[in-house]
Amino acid sequence: MKFRSIAMAATLVVAGTGAWLSATPAMAQEKVQFFPSLTGRTGPVAPNATPFANGYADYMKLVNVRGGINGVKTLVEECETAYATDRGVECYERLKGKHGGATVFQPLSTGITFALTEKVPGDKIPLITSGYGRSDSADGGVFKWNFPLIGHYWVAGDTVLQHIAKKEGGWDKLKGKKIAVVYHDSPFGKELLPIMQERSKMHGFELLLLPVPAPGVEQKAIWLQVRQQRPDFVVMQTWGVMTPTAIKEAVATGYPREKMFGTWWSGAEPDLRDVGASAKGYSAVMMQHGAEFNSPVVKEIMAKVVDKGQGTGPKDEVGTVLYMRGVVGAMLAVEGVRQAQERFGKGKVMTGEQARWGYENLNLTQAKLDALGFAGVMRPVSTSCADHMGSAWARVHTWDGSKFTWSSDWLQADDQIIKPMVKASADKYAEEKKLTRRTPADCQI
Amino acid sequence: MLYRENGQFKTSYRADQQVFPILQDRIGIWLLLAFAVFVVPMVVDEYAFRAILIPFLILSLAALGLNILVGYCGQVSLGTGAFMAVGAYAAYNFFVRIDGMPLIFALLLGGVCSTVVGVLFGIPSLRIKGLYLAVATLAAQFFVDWAFLRISWFTNNSSSGSVSVSGMSMFGIPIDSPHHKYLLCLGILIVFAAAAKNLVRSHIGREWMAIRDMDVAAAVIGIRPVYAKLTAFAVSSFIVGVAGALWGFVHLGSWEPAAFSIDRSFQLLFMIIIGGLGSIMGSFFGAAFIVTLPIFLNQALPALGSLVGVTIDTATIAHTELMIFGALIVFFLIVEPHGLARLWSIGKEKMRLWPFPH
Repeated sequence: MKFRSIAMAATLVVAGTGAWLSATPAMAQEKVQFFPSLTGRTGPVAPNATPFANGYADYMKLVNVRGGINGVKTLVEECETAYATDRGVECYERLKGKHGGATVFQPLSTGITFALTEKVPGDKIPLITSGYGRSDSADGGVFKWNFPLIGHYWVAGDTVLQHIAKKEGGWDKLKGKKIAVVYHDSPFGKELLPIMQERSKMHGFELLLLPVPAPGVEQKAIWLQVRQQRPDFVVMQTWGVMTPTAIKEAVATGYPREKMFGTWWSGAEPDLRDVGASAKGYSAVMMQHGAEFNSPVVKEIMAKVVDKGQGTGPKDEVGTVLYMRGVVGAMLAVEGVRQAQERFGKGKVMTGEQARWGYENLNLTQAKLDALGFAGVMRPVSTSCADHMGSAWARVHTWDGSKFTWSSDWLQADDQIIKPMVKASADKYAEEKKLTRRTPADCQI
Repeated sequence: MLYRENGQFKTSYRADQQVFPILQDRIGIWLLLAFAVFVVPMVVDEYAFRAILIPFLILSLAALGLNILVGYCGQVSLGTGAFMAVGAYAAYNFFVRIDGMPLIFALLLGGVCSTVVGVLFGIPSLRIKGLYLAVATLAAQFFVDWAFLRISWFTNNSSSGSVSVSGMSMFGIPIDSPHHKYLLCLGILIVFAAAAKNLVRSHIGREWMAIRDMDVAAAVIGIRPVYAKLTAFAVSSFIVGVAGALWGFVHLGSWEPAAFSIDRSFQLLFMIIIGGLGSIMGSFFGAAFIVTLPIFLNQALPALGSLVGVTIDTATIAHTELMIFGALIVFFLIVEPHGLARLWSIGKEKMRLWPFPH
């Protein structure tokens, strides 16, 4: 009996291996542009990372319906990381060589981004980290392969403070005020702090740093501190299950939601749906897009993908904040390839190295964005060798109890402050790694 | 038939007490080593190196270290992740702060720092036993997590708390290709495994096992518990520390304390329980099981699905992977509570008697 069960198990394993080996070559060999997708459909950030992955996949399907990138079809293959760095590295290694080579990675995790930053220059694959990862990677002179397109943590931090200052009636009104930062105790959370500290020095407000250990479901002590210290505002740098927990604790301690501001990753529907009406008044800063149910691109996805039964996720999710983030991420990935095709040959499959040139020379004008269906969703993005970020536009939206509404005009992060910080940090990185800045000649390649 | 030891006479104590007393085993292990060193780098692709072999080697080393403490000395520890972290961060600091520090010294000094911390957190083991000790070693886990998150000196004042290394080289050869990384890990693992195997057969290993089996009896026959327990902690955390440094330097390249969280401690403990407590071989089996099986399932499931014409979505695969993985752990523990190493030795026994079992 015992022997038979072992034999059974062995047979299954052999069958599995056989299937694995036989299936791998069958999928290859077709002219496709391969976009790997590192997903977090399970684990501590699943409620938030799932819509992103669905949006990413759906937009790529839409690109194919529209006829591909000048005829080149897109292909998405997912690999589940569960937000764990070591699984993310495994997924990266697994996908980077598949289907003719990966075009670009978007790991959706700061930890994985840090690990991949060390690997991508060797493999010549670009990394898009919209709104996360290393803030200093906006400096293309040092970080040749990293693209924090449309913003990073410091942009989010700066714009959220601008919004607060505007509400108060000017930066000088912040003097002597106390702002608490509730942040995820990991590189993700800590990356926000330099900009907060810089602004606090400039404008003389007091900063109260409240780290929350990952995954962030235990926050009683933090909010007790908030209750004692009575900060004038709370800025939250939270992600996944941490955000709803924080808001519930704020409700329990009676901290007014109107004085709570989330950064880019802390203000989406999955965070607030459970809290519902009691989260009313909570705001979060959104770089470029928010929830865009009525945008042309969402309507097109609805008509051409979801209504055809091709949707990746549930229908009611289409157009929500994080779904849109996936859509925008996919759009940037695709447009970079389109740009690269302008130079390296239309209708050809771009290698990672060629796509990198495309991301470095992105020029998404308003007209181009409108044509793609992003009218009202985004403002122009244009990158260069020195600037791998492309734009620093953001707006603030506020939860009205059931959905988000815009509560500010377009804000732009202050280059005067952020540029020197990015450069200093990038220089420090280069010094640690014994790298030299890219020469102007290298920018031409 | 092939695996018989008839005619292999031992004429000296030395021959009788060698690590592999059977000739076939000796040949087998040399062949295995030759295969690992010469053949594997030629036939294996980059993915297998980076995603499977290198993590397997490093975690085998860590499991080996933990097995000395838990399997041989009987001191249950949940602080392995912490000792790995100490090794990684100490090696990082030596490597970055001292100009021209050779890689191998940085790794070994990481191990030395981990030894110090390990012995420090091993002191409670003199009074506390069993599960209570496991809880006490948890303190190491939390303390180390806290220290590396909060004390920015350890991370060279990196604003995000994440550190990274690059530009590693040894004897003038840059360690950046997967081949070199693999050979570096393999070399260290072979040296440590040989040392550990010999250590557990020496007088000190026997002291550990005596303490494990019954500490009062061991004390009565003249074994000093302080010495035995603390040396076990020291040796174990040294190996674990070096493994941690390799994990950071070679496998991840850039890491944060979360890479050495409590989950890592549990993972390593499961490895040695499944692989076999008190067995050097078991550490390898356990590491292979825990490292490769999830990756294998994760890739085999969609392939199996597509074979029967079903596309399984990513989340379902992840969930199924966890379920099958869990079920297999239970299955193996029911079939053989002493771990995979025990299955291996049963198989060997059968081979020796085959084809005429009596």
